[in-house]
Amino acid sequence: MSITLPRDARVPLSADDTETAGAGSWLRVTLEFCRRQPFGAFGMLLVLVMAVTGLSADLIAPYSPTANDFEAMTEAPSWAHWLGTDQFGRDMLSRIIFGARTALTVGLTSSFVGGIAGLVLGVASAYFGGRIDNLFQRVCDVMMAFPLIIMALAVVSIFGTGVHNVIVAITIPLIPRCARVVRASALAIREVAYVDAARACGYGHARIILRHMVPNVMAPFLIMLTAFVGQAILAEASLSYLGLGVQEPVPAWGLMLQGGAEEYATTAPWIAVFPGLAIMITVFGFSIFGDALRDALDPKLRNR
Amino acid sequence: MYRYIARRVLLVIPTLLGAAVLVFALMRLIPGDICVVRLGSGGATFNPQAIALCHHEIGLDKPLWLQFWDFVWGFSHFDFGISMWSGKPVAVEIAARLPISLEIALLATIVAVSIAIPLGTISALKQNTWLDVVVRTVAIGGIATPSFWIGIIAILVVLDTTGALFGRPWMPPIDYVPIWKDPIRNLSMAILPAITVGYRYSAVSMRMTRSAMLEVMREDYIRTARAKGLLEHLIVNRHALKNALLPVVTLLGIEFAFLIGGLVVTEQVFNLNGIGRLFVQAVQNQDYTLTQALVMLTVTVFVLCNLAVDLLYAWLDPRIRFA
Repeated sequence: MSITLPRDARVPLSADDTETAGAGSWLRVTLEFCRRQPFGAFGMLLVLVMAVTGLSADLIAPYSPTANDFEAMTEAPSWAHWLGTDQFGRDMLSRIIFGARTALTVGLTSSFVGGIAGLVLGVASAYFGGRIDNLFQRVCDVMMAFPLIIMALAVVSIFGTGVHNVIVAITIPLIPRCARVVRASALAIREVAYVDAARACGYGHARIILRHMVPNVMAPFLIMLTAFVGQAILAEASLSYLGLGVQEPVPAWGLMLQGGAEEYATTAPWIAVFPGLAIMITVFGFSIFGDALRDALDPKLRNR
Repeated sequence: MYRYIARRVLLVIPTLLGAAVLVFALMRLIPGDICVVRLGSGGATFNPQAIALCHHEIGLDKPLWLQFWDFVWGFSHFDFGISMWSGKPVAVEIAARLPISLEIALLATIVAVSIAIPLGTISALKQNTWLDVVVRTVAIGGIATPSFWIGIIAILVVLDTTGALFGRPWMPPIDYVPIWKDPIRNLSMAILPAITVGYRYSAVSMRMTRSAMLEVMREDYIRTARAKGLLEHLIVNRHALKNALLPVVTLLGIEFAFLIGGLVVTEQVFNLNGIGRLFVQAVQNQDYTLTQALVMLTVTVFVLCNLAVDLLYAWLDPRIRFA
């Protein structure tokens, strides 16, 4: 997935430029966003539904995701099992609901950790410039020469499978991708007078980077973060589908497609259809939300 | 121009060398002794001689710098060592599976280009109409849908449709026959995976075509072309599309390398014995020599694709050529 970012990131005129007036303005900003970007608001809604589903899985799931009912194996959707059951007699709906938790745990953790590491490294690289920047860029070149899933496979081959290792495997390739984009925006900010002023005040490097530069690259960072969550969820699903990600009995969408999906494709198509739909809807939500966010934050695209 | 080319080609060397260091280091980060992990899996008993022999086979008894030199030197000669699992040379294992993956990658590119460029262009020309919304939804759908799921659904649809039409469900063949020997069998094997991978591939390019076209259509020279009364289709085809396709070419080149990533999963769905499947098997079997070679191969393809794109770009765009 490629990420298109604002080409001319807005350079704030003061360090406080990005701060909003108060708590009430958040609601106003959100409402304005929904009015201007209805497509994006729909994406935001999908993301929210998935988040609530994942968080309250224990409350809303009709059955335990791991409970087998051998009386009802590969049963078609019915009132008792809304989305049917799998080949082990487990309720598909409950597994999908709990799967949302796994997908969001992996997706959010790896994109946040990878994103924040990339943010700090990217801004630091732009701030220090010179040799450090050059060296860091070459390291990024090397890291980015590994397609995400290939890097993830290489990491899994070393650390093994399981939720934690999958998170590590997806986080590592996200770091240079974030750092690269953030650095580009940070380069423009480095030249702004308030950074010089902060330096003249004798502030330390860490303070200038974290307090003065990082808040001002938030726009491209947030856009990228939404794209990352989608990518991470897809990567987790792919790894789990290959049997190299999350392992049974943890409910995960990719894993649900691994075992019976092909084998029972004609006799019990619901096993193959619903988990895939769940992945698609979630990533779709993050994608259109991210797109709308980009359009809303990019002044060049705003009037198109 | 020549300076640009020379600089760009030379940049490939440190990147590949860096990747080699990374791959080499990664494979040595594996906790414990590779040989113990391999020989001791399943609780089997083994003697120290077997470990020593295994170390010798992989070259782990040599100093680290010599191991790295052997790795880089071997790689530059297409000598990737012996597969730890099958005992055959890694190069032989890869060569046997390369044609099928390459064919699917090429077919997928054709599928992607023939979907992406027309749809992306129409979407830009009819901006903010229902057609635009449909195309954009199709494109985001392609990005959001895991390719293995598209594959599973494609198989499902083919099985059901052929079952209903002919009374007997038809499955695409899974063994590779070269296209010059049996083109029908070959294509019926490759077409579904190619569409599966191609749809996802097209989604990204479709979005790029759309945004590039939108930008180009606002340029002054398009207004000039309109002002002199040129027909709209000439403006689109001759003036706009030619310029808008530059970033699309870049993207196609970069995404081609990502196809390999897509193939890893898709080949699994269609049970095809290509590079992607070999990769997964190598990881599952803890075959480190094979994994190492495949990662390095993917990275090399990626880096060379990027190089090709940059050179092509320089050739297509006089602004870069004469800079």
